[in-house]
Amino acid sequence: MAHHSNEPQITVLPPDKEKIKKLWTVAGILGAVTAVEFIIAFTMHHGAAKTSLFVILTIVKAGYIVGEFMHLRYEVKVLFWAILIPTLFIIWMLVAFVYEGMQLPVF
Amino acid sequence: MSHSSAATVSEKSVWDGGSSPMGASYGKLMMWFFLLSDAFTFSGLLITYGLVRSSHPAFEGLPEAFTFSTEYWPVPEKVFEAVPFLHGITLPLVFVGIMTFILIMSSVTMVLAVEAGHRMDRKAVEKWMLWTIIGGITFLSCQAWEWTHFIVGTDTPTMVKDFVNGQWITKEVTGASLKINQYGPQPFADFFFFITGFHGFHVFSGVMFNFLIYYNTVTGVYDRRGHYEMVEKVGLYWHFVDLVWVFVFTFFYLV
Repeated sequence: MAHHSNEPQITVLPPDKEKIKKLWTVAGILGAVTAVEFIIAFTMHHGAAKTSLFVILTIVKAGYIVGEFMHLRYEVKVLFWAILIPTLFIIWMLVAFVYEGMQLPVF
Repeated sequence: MSHSSAATVSEKSVWDGGSSPMGASYGKLMMWFFLLSDAFTFSGLLITYGLVRSSHPAFEGLPEAFTFSTEYWPVPEKVFEAVPFLHGITLPLVFVGIMTFILIMSSVTMVLAVEAGHRMDRKAVEKWMLWTIIGGITFLSCQAWEWTHFIVGTDTPTMVKDFVNGQWITKEVTGASLKINQYGPQPFADFFFFITGFHGFHVFSGVMFNFLIYYNTVTGVYDRRGHYEMVEKVGLYWHFVDLVWVFVFTFFYLV
């Protein structure tokens, strides 16, 4: 099959060292943030401060995954906002659920 | 469809689909919007978890004094503290941490496969796809163990009130199911099965897709097609699975 006349000519480009290094850096950051979360889990007292810290660190991780791994940061601005703006509805969902939840009888 | 070369596309005028305003192919856009809708599904599950949890009383005592009871919501790090082959040793959240690490690593190998695809490097795509598949299978195996441990339960049973034949009785319970649960209020077990199960099924589907991509790479489908965009699209899905796990890890296990 390799000698088929219709086989397209493929030029393999060399690895982009800089890009690959950057990807490993992002992986390192994700690992480090997870490690920090672990430390917080066992050193801080349970409360609003701990929870908000977890939420912030989670959003940081999400930002790196979506921005770098999923490449959204480098996409056309229209696509970037088309994906990001609808996630505001999740905040609406949270507010709506909490509001509805307050009307529920306690289990 | 994807065989159509760039030349035939550029002949069309802008309003005939000659250009893509979002700078991405139809397939890639649809993958993004599917993932957006999937994000809503997972948000629904996690927000409901938070609400049901907050409607139950929390454990007030010292962490050392914690025991399982259906009277209050359990502390997650007291439930998930076992590691395979280390029975009886208390290692809170260590196994979940390992699972998180595995999934992050498989995300890295996936993005390296995408990078290799951009360079038309078939051998490198094969290598990194294989590592991604191995990572996914390892994660699923870990989850299978975690589920088994959760279902079988701890060495010492918990006294649980149950409604049997029209009356309330108290009985010893080990482990959990959708009907009865030793760790705390029943919804805790139900949410565990639904949230980690729904995510696990996404991982399972992802492994299937990854295998398909690997197969097509090996058989030279993408070389003949002239681009490796499918690796990119499935890559988006795989990263999303990792992204969801980051949220599950925080809101189910850490908080």
